Amino acid sequence: MADQRFDHKWGMVVDLDRCTGCQACVVACQSENNIPINTKDLFLQRRAYEWIRVERYWEGEFPNVKARFIPIMCQHCENAPCEPVCPVYATYHNDEGLNVQVYNRCVGTRYCANNCPYQVRFFNYWEPVWPERMRNHLNSDVTVRSRGIMEKCSFCIQRIRRAELKVEQQERAVLDYPTMKKRNFLPACVSACPTNALTFADQSDTTGPVNRYFKALDDHEGGESAPRAYRLIEEVGTKPNVIYLKKVDKYPLKNGGGHG
Amino acid sequence: MQEGRVLPARQINRDLLGSILYSPRWFWGAVAVLGLIVMGGFAAAGLMINQGMGVTGLNRPVMWGFFIVNFVFWIGISHAGVMLSAILRLSKAEWRRPATRAAEVLTVFSLMTAMLMPLIHTGRPWRLVYWIYTIPFIPYDFARGIWPNIRSPLVWDPSAVYTYLTSSILFVLVALIPDLAVLRDRTTGLPHKIYTVLAMGWQGNPRQWKLQIIAGVLLSALILPVFVSVHSIVSWDFGMAIAVKPWHSTIFAPYFVVGAVHSGVSAVAFVMIILRWIYGWQDYIRHEHIDALGRLLIVVATGWFYFFVMEVIFGFYGREADEIAFRDFQINQPPWNLWFIFFVGLTYFLPVAMWLASSWRRNLWLMSIACISVNIGMWLERFLIIIPALAEKQLFTFTWYTYAPSAVEITIVAATFALVSMLMLLFARVLPLIPLYDVKEGDILKTEIQIGRRTVPATFRED
Repeated sequence: MADQRFDHKWGMVVDLDRCTGCQACVVACQSENNIPINTKDLFLQRRAYEWIRVERYWEGEFPNVKARFIPIMCQHCENAPCEPVCPVYATYHNDEGLNVQVYNRCVGTRYCANNCPYQVRFFNYWEPVWPERMRNHLNSDVTVRSRGIMEKCSFCIQRIRRAELKVEQQERAVLDYPTMKKRNFLPACVSACPTNALTFADQSDTTGPVNRYFKALDDHEGGESAPRAYRLIEEVGTKPNVIYLKKVDKYPLKNGGGHG
Repeated sequence: MQEGRVLPARQINRDLLGSILYSPRWFWGAVAVLGLIVMGGFAAAGLMINQGMGVTGLNRPVMWGFFIVNFVFWIGISHAGVMLSAILRLSKAEWRRPATRAAEVLTVFSLMTAMLMPLIHTGRPWRLVYWIYTIPFIPYDFARGIWPNIRSPLVWDPSAVYTYLTSSILFVLVALIPDLAVLRDRTTGLPHKIYTVLAMGWQGNPRQWKLQIIAGVLLSALILPVFVSVHSIVSWDFGMAIAVKPWHSTIFAPYFVVGAVHSGVSAVAFVMIILRWIYGWQDYIRHEHIDALGRLLIVVATGWFYFFVMEVIFGFYGREADEIAFRDFQINQPPWNLWFIFFVGLTYFLPVAMWLASSWRRNLWLMSIACISVNIGMWLERFLIIIPALAEKQLFTFTWYTYAPSAVEITIVAATFALVSMLMLLFARVLPLIPLYDVKEGDILKTEIQIGRRTVPATFRED
């Protein structure tokens, strides 16, 4: 019995109105993906690894002030600027709309990171080390990267692969959003998000929460059915597979605020 | 009519081969000092390969730093060779003669040094075989289906640079053959055997001269497109980066090529002054040569300045917020603004002011200062193109950072300068840095001949 192929195109929607900046996604990602421990030194050298990071911006002047949060992870662009510049094909687009990184091929020219407008590619400047007692905490589904290579968010491709294998190939069932959610096949950040600010599904899956936003933006209906939806740094022409939903500001700052 | 005396061939041989047949007392001392700096650089590179790129000052927004700046700088210096020997040879500029070999050799050595930079700056240099032919005879790993990505400027770039390196080496070798034969006839023992092999049976008969001249002219013509393409392609490493707004510019290719010629010709003028001083070649590298280089440099520098001004003006003219923000960052914000003033002054205003007066061009001290100033300025130019653009790449201020080089990077950059100087010195020890036959040919052409009833310099020849 030949393996049947199921077409997927994954997408994520980030609702900034729901994001509280709690950083649960950051921690979940860190432990799911064997990301090296971000020590104080790494932060001071500006070489910390944050496959997903919560950027914080202040609006207004103290005390009339608001904090704004925006979680940023690899946007898995359709026209990814990082892909054509890699001289060794270490990064490419797979048929599920994911921008994937081949650690084995990477020689570390760092061109992809320069060419990423979202600054979501992380270079291993040092050989990552874990304390001895952390050894058994490493996720066996994820490669431990060595130094000298680039790494980034993979939309937890190990979970997606496991879902496809178990549900589609073994059980011959449909891999829809409720199944993914119930059986914990969603990316670690999505399943950890306490406010459901992050949602993830197949873009064409009508049972999923992302379908209507991708449809609204991609059908050129002017986003009327999804007025809050937008993509990040769209003007570069990267066509990200992540959609952000604008924050609804019920109580705007009194003086109109200032700049972040 | 050119200045300078017509010297007997015997004296030319004695003067120009002096650096080879008799080694000056300071020679090994100088080589040892330079060699120590080079060893320091290799040690630093070894440390970097052993410990990881963490020993550099690179960080997340600024992934390319001193190494890439230095790479572009040395590629720029390498443009002197073709500019001086190929273009001036094809345009029959007589004053080029003593400068050609030094320029070509500088080209070869600076290209070799430049290519060290991207090789050691990768995260895993031991996997470079996926990227380029680093080790001879080990091809790409086609058997496992591992192909380079030909869409990447980083594949075009080494291809262009290695083509340029190959053709430059050929160019030097073809021009060397007659001089190698002179050396073969004046040495004994092992050097004699080596020069015999290298001279490839040169007898100096008319057929060999004809072939040598044809080869030289052909190579000059063939190398020209490579010359233009090399720095264009190096500039596309930056120009093709759509996410880095200040890099993503169509003016980069001509801007970089003219800039490269600017720094390269200045470097050659400086090298010639140094050679004149240490080997006492006053009769060969004369004030008229330095003067001519100075005049050429005014034109080149002004061409470069045009592109520089255009690049800045286009930024403002387009009124794109990102571009204006970047120019504000580069031109107004400390510490970049200070470097920016230095860069513009040292690259254009100071040297060109020095080159305007003939008596200043003929003053070797002022000329040296002007040439060094151009090269410091051009190094800063690359620095100011690469670093600020990366430090504040996009509008999200959260990831902005700056860059400071580490001791390892500074050591390696210093070592590249020592490496090129040392290689030039070693070359001068074994091979003539001023082409003997070219100088003699120039002397013959300098004498006056009768054409009909007119007496003219023999430069006006029929070919």
